[in-house]
Parts: sequence; C-alpha cells; structure tokens
Amino acid sequence: MALTGLEIYKLLPKTNCKDCGFPTCLAFAMKLAAKQAELAACPHVSAEAKAALESAAAPPIRLITIGDDDYKIEVGNETELHRHDKAFFHMPGLLMRVRDNQPLAEVEELATQVDGYFVDYVGLTLNLDGMAVESASGDAATFAKTVKAVRDKTKRPLILLAADPEVMKAGLAEIDGTTPLIYAANAENWEAMSALAKEQGAPLAVRADGLESVVELVKQVKDAGVEDIVIDPGTRGFHDSLNVLTQVRRLALNAKPDRLLGYPVITFPGEGSESPAEESMLGGQHIAKYAGFIVLDHFNPAVDYPLLALRQNIYTDPRQPVQVTPGIYEINEPGPDHQLLITTNFSITYFAVANEVEASGMPAWLLIADSEGLSVLTGWAAGKFDADKIASTVKTSGIADKVGHRKLVIPGAVSVLSGELEDELDGWEIVVGPREAVDLPAFMKMWKP
Amino acid sequence: MAVALEIPTKKWTGHVREVVLGATATEGGTRAKTVTVGGEGTLPFLDFEVPMPNPPRVAIEIKDRRPDDWSPVLQGVWGEVMDDPAEWSKAVEKLDVDLLLLSISLTDSEGNETTAQQAASTVRKVLDSTGLPLVVFGPGQTEKDIEILVAVAEAAAGERIVLGVCDDKNYKTIVAAALAHGHLVDARTAMDVNLAKQMNILINDVGLPLDRVLMDPTTAALGYGVEYGYSAMERLRLAALQGDSMTQQPMLVTPGEEAWRMKEAKVGEDVPAAWGDWEERAVTWETLTATTLIHSGADIVVLRHPQSVSRVKDMISKLWKKGE
Repeated sequence: MALTGLEIYKLLPKTNCKDCGFPTCLAFAMKLAAKQAELAACPHVSAEAKAALESAAAPPIRLITIGDDDYKIEVGNETELHRHDKAFFHMPGLLMRVRDNQPLAEVEELATQVDGYFVDYVGLTLNLDGMAVESASGDAATFAKTVKAVRDKTKRPLILLAADPEVMKAGLAEIDGTTPLIYAANAENWEAMSALAKEQGAPLAVRADGLESVVELVKQVKDAGVEDIVIDPGTRGFHDSLNVLTQVRRLALNAKPDRLLGYPVITFPGEGSESPAEESMLGGQHIAKYAGFIVLDHFNPAVDYPLLALRQNIYTDPRQPVQVTPGIYEINEPGPDHQLLITTNFSITYFAVANEVEASGMPAWLLIADSEGLSVLTGWAAGKFDADKIASTVKTSGIADKVGHRKLVIPGAVSVLSGELEDELDGWEIVVGPREAVDLPAFMKMWKP
Repeated sequence: MAVALEIPTKKWTGHVREVVLGATATEGGTRAKTVTVGGEGTLPFLDFEVPMPNPPRVAIEIKDRRPDDWSPVLQGVWGEVMDDPAEWSKAVEKLDVDLLLLSISLTDSEGNETTAQQAASTVRKVLDSTGLPLVVFGPGQTEKDIEILVAVAEAAAGERIVLGVCDDKNYKTIVAAALAHGHLVDARTAMDVNLAKQMNILINDVGLPLDRVLMDPTTAALGYGVEYGYSAMERLRLAALQGDSMTQQPMLVTPGEEAWRMKEAKVGEDVPAAWGDWEERAVTWETLTATTLIHSGADIVVLRHPQSVSRVKDMISKLWKKGE
C-alpha cells in the first residue's frame, strides 16, 4: 500500500534542513509520494523510518525470479484482481514434473522434449519454462542423479521438490549455477530448509494446509531470514483452488495480514485431477486465476499449445491495442492473377481474416492498412480506416506492381466507402466482401481475375 | 504466535436474474424438464461469500442438416445422425447435457434457401425427438433470421424456447414473436459492456420481461481474442453484482462454434508437429475456451464435441457446490 505525502512526512526528521534539496520536509514528502524523489536524498532519516518507507513502497506481491540470465522465470509484482482494471504483468511459469523413481532414460527424454518444445503463435515463439524434479525415492543420491540428468539436458529453470532437507541438499549440489525454487518448507523442516535457501540464495516455497498455517509458516521462514518466498496453500481441486487463490490474491493486495501472503502461489493441477484432460482445464483455471508457478504432470503438445496460448491471451495488456505490422501479406503463395483483400491491422481482425483466407486454400494478397490497432468498424468511425486511408495504403504499398488486375475487396462492414474509393483510386474496381471473416472462403470462390 | 486472518469478502448489492428455459406439460409445453440459470450473488463459484444457486449449463449445438463446413473431427464423431436432426437430437439426449441448440442453415443440402416452413417443421421434429429445453438460432442474416424465427416461434408455441440471435437489427420482430408464443431471446452484442446493457434496455422497452432475456456478449476462441470476451463478461458480471439492473442477465456464449472455426481445431493436415494430436488438440481448444469463459461468468456454454461436453460437465461438477 503506497503511503500518502502526509504519512511519509510523519516519518521524516521534520527539521526542514534542506539537505535533500527541497525547501521543507513536507515538500520532500510530497515528492516522495509522487515518486519524483528518492528517500536516499535525506541523510538524516532514521533506520526505522527507512524500513517503514521501503516496506510501504514494496509491491503487494513480491517479485520472485528463478533460473539464470539466459533462462529465467519472473513472477509476482501483480497489482490487480481483474485484468481489465489494468493488466496482469508476469505470466505464470509452466514447468513439467519428473520424479527420481522414473527410469533415468525416461527423465532425460522428457527433459529434452520439454527443452526443445516451441510453437509459433501470432509471430511469437511460445515455450514451456522449465522442469520440476521431485524426490519420490527419498534417497539423496538418487535425487542428485536425477537432478543432474535433467540439468544436463536443459538449461531452463528448475524447481526441486523434496521434503527431507538432506535430500534437497544433495539435489542442490547438482544445479550448476542456476537459481532453483526450493519446494518446500513445512511445519517440520522449515528451519533446515530456510538455511538451505539462504545458503543457495534461492527462493523457498512453503507448503501448509490452510491459510492460517501458511501465514504462520511464512512468518517463521521470514524471521529466519528468507525473503524470497512462494506459497502453496495446499488446495488442489477446482473449487478449493479457485476460492483459496482468490482469497490469497485479495489479502495480498490489501497487504493483509502484515503482508505475509504477498508472494506468488505455486499450483499442481495434476494433483487435483483424475485425468490429463482435467489437468488441462485446472491448469487453465490457474492461468486465469492467480497462479505464479504451475507444475504440470503430462507433456503433450496437443494440450501444451492451448495452455501456452491461453497464458498469452490472459496476460495480454488490455490497455494496448494489439496490432500487426501494416503491409502486404502473401497467403497461400499468390501470383499476379490472384485476389486482393484489404483490412485493418488490429491483430484480432488480421488473424481472423488471415486465418479464413488461409483456410480457404486459395492464394490471395492481404493488404493491411495502418488503422492504429482499431478494428474495421471502429477504425472507420475514428477516421483510421476510411477511403483516404485505404487509397493511400493501396498507393504506397507497392501492391499495384504485384497484381496484374485492379480489383480490391473491402470488408462488407465498410461497403459505404466503395463509391468514394473508386473516385480516389483511378482505374480500380472496388468489390464489397463479406461482413464477417468466416464468410470469406465462400466469397473467395467467386473470384474471377 | 498465530496471526489473525480475516478472509476478505465483498458485499455485493446486486445479483443475476434467474431465467427458466423450457416448459413441461404442466406449464404448457412438452419438455421433460426445465433448466434454471442465473441467480448468482457473487463471482463464479466464490461460495465463501454467498452460495451459487445454479451451476453453469452445457448445451450441444446441432444443425438442421449435415453442415458443409464442420471439421472432419466433428463429422467423424457424430457420423450418420448428422443427416437427420431428429436422430441427431436423440443422440445428444443420450449424453449428459442440459440443453440443445438447433442452428438453422441458410440453405438446404441442395443449395436452395431454407424456407420458414422447412425450419418450423425441423424444430417441431426436434421437439418431438427430445425432452431437452431448446435454443434455436437462425442462419445469421437479418432478413432470413426474422422470417425463420417468426415461423419457429409459432411452431414451438408454449415450449419456452430461446430465439436467437436477437440483435439491434432484428429485436423488435424477434421480441414480438417471443411475446406472442411464450419464448425467451438470446440478446447478442459485440464484446462490450455498454452495448450489452443497451440491448437489454431496448428489448425490455419493447415489452419482454427481463426474466426472459439471456445476454450473449459474444466470445472469441482461445488464441483469437478469448481475453476480450473474458474481460467483457467479467465486467458485465461485476456491474450486475454492483447493482446495475440492466446487466443482470444470465450469459450464454458459444465457445464450440468459435473454437471449431479455428485452424487449430478444424484442420489436421499440414500443421506444425508442435500442435500435437489433432483430435486431442481440437477438444482441448474447445474445452479451454469454455473453461476460461465459465470462470468469467458464463451461465450457458454451447459446445460441439461430445468429449468436450463430458469434460466440461465434469469440471462444473467439481467447481460448483450449491452451498448451505
């Protein structure tokens, strides 16, 4: 919770000594509240006041980083309950779990597959983020061997899961320079786990059943000197996860109780499910509703691609219109005799249209006008996709050199522009296309050069 | 020392209206049961605040004839019943599903425009083949929709079916047909809180009580803008809970139609290996779209693949606790 200028003023020396460069302590406090000055400018501030001010300035959910400079996962720093209020900022990490009682060859194979998995989505490369290695055997040497096998196959971030601090310690000896998430401290082992986390400089997950127990455990590991914490409130299924993760987010944003829940949450959708299908839907819930790390139990591209797409969608900043680069897009390898369609650079419009044109199987030129990220109708209403814009796009794009014909298909929603366009584009015939992208394949079949 | 923990609850002032779909014999129809949606007094499934009286419901979409443009995955799973809407609706009823949505095609299998009489007789046939409450969608062209839905409303008089889609271009006629024959409407707008609200006001102004209006804020598929639908629905639901009367309608969305239009679901050949197994990907595309929308307030999701229906029903059974 940010402090007001007056609240900050109460914490300052109130001597008006001007050493900070401002005429009074109150003026300095106002600048601090507006984030236009740094507390370090005051040489006389007390240690207590400094701590109080720093803690008040901290984000409600602590930013937690694992991995290294090349591959890292950063989660936390969220400020909202609903993405439409501003945005969700740090996408949850999606990691795949292996256990040390699986054959080593199987573990290596999976680590290799996860490491190499990527999918292209609207011009972005989407990846899984790393591996979670769990001690199921309870044996330190076996765990260490499995961690090493995974680490040999992937440089992506790791979560190590073991209840016995000695086993955890053996695994940590094999991580070779990356910063893992240590999972997990519980009521019995928290002292030893806290010591390991501090020694390693790694974040520590705490696992307890019920929020009051989580809060107590967080307090204990915090008092033991661990600052980077991740919480597992122990809930697993659809109903309880949604309710409890919502409560955690609300409490964290209210800085209650004493900021002890202001940390990212880790979830295990496979543990709350009876089938991989259920795991995918529960993973979907965790993406939309407040998870920071999501550990999956089934690697399956047919499921991972949809989950990665969903994560991308939910974490899209609603304040920024999502747009593609204006210009000429070639679909299905068009030649000079193939049809030419124009639409806007709002990315949903673009992908809807490009997708239908591609699905039609017919070669076509798609000309994308710079509507500044607006859709067809809003672009038209705002003067960003009017006759002038369409005409200038045609003239400056160089499309006239690529097609032999002079026929331009415009979206049905702006059919009213055809007359004006034929005036502005000398020698061009304006053809009115369908209102909806979905009707494009049928419409395109009628094409004659 | 234990730290005092007070779970933060929101004090909502409004709640969603309940809407009843279908009419049994005692209510003047022939449905085997009725289905009630809406009534929420908090965000989806947050029953630590208030119990959620009704779970979200699942509808299956069928067509009046074998569709030309549905994915081979769907053609394969439904098989021959797609040639006969009566048989198709019987196959649907064997599944664990709450509602049936019949969508009328623009043309018949010969390529001739579907007439109002054809559509009306198909609706009657489907009503005779199943006891599920029915939603009927026109082909999506204003004039044709009006012609067809007016005839359908008459043929289904008393059945309390949902007529859709009802939008700013056709609502006067569709609402009149719903009023004359005891039906409901599905009020569709384009992913915008104010448009949805305005549509409800217009429909209410021409005389249809709001307990006969479903609101359809339109969705997009996963990967193709689902977040716009998600946030529009979340904002509509928050407005309803904050007491804005004209946003307090239950929401119907069509994740099945949207997901199956997309290449990821529709197409199995010449796609990247990273897309994985076709049918599993397609069903996951549909179920994850539905999952996302159910978490932002959908009261009815319309799906296409039987496997998606059983997955989503299963999820709802685990999400929804009626509460005491």
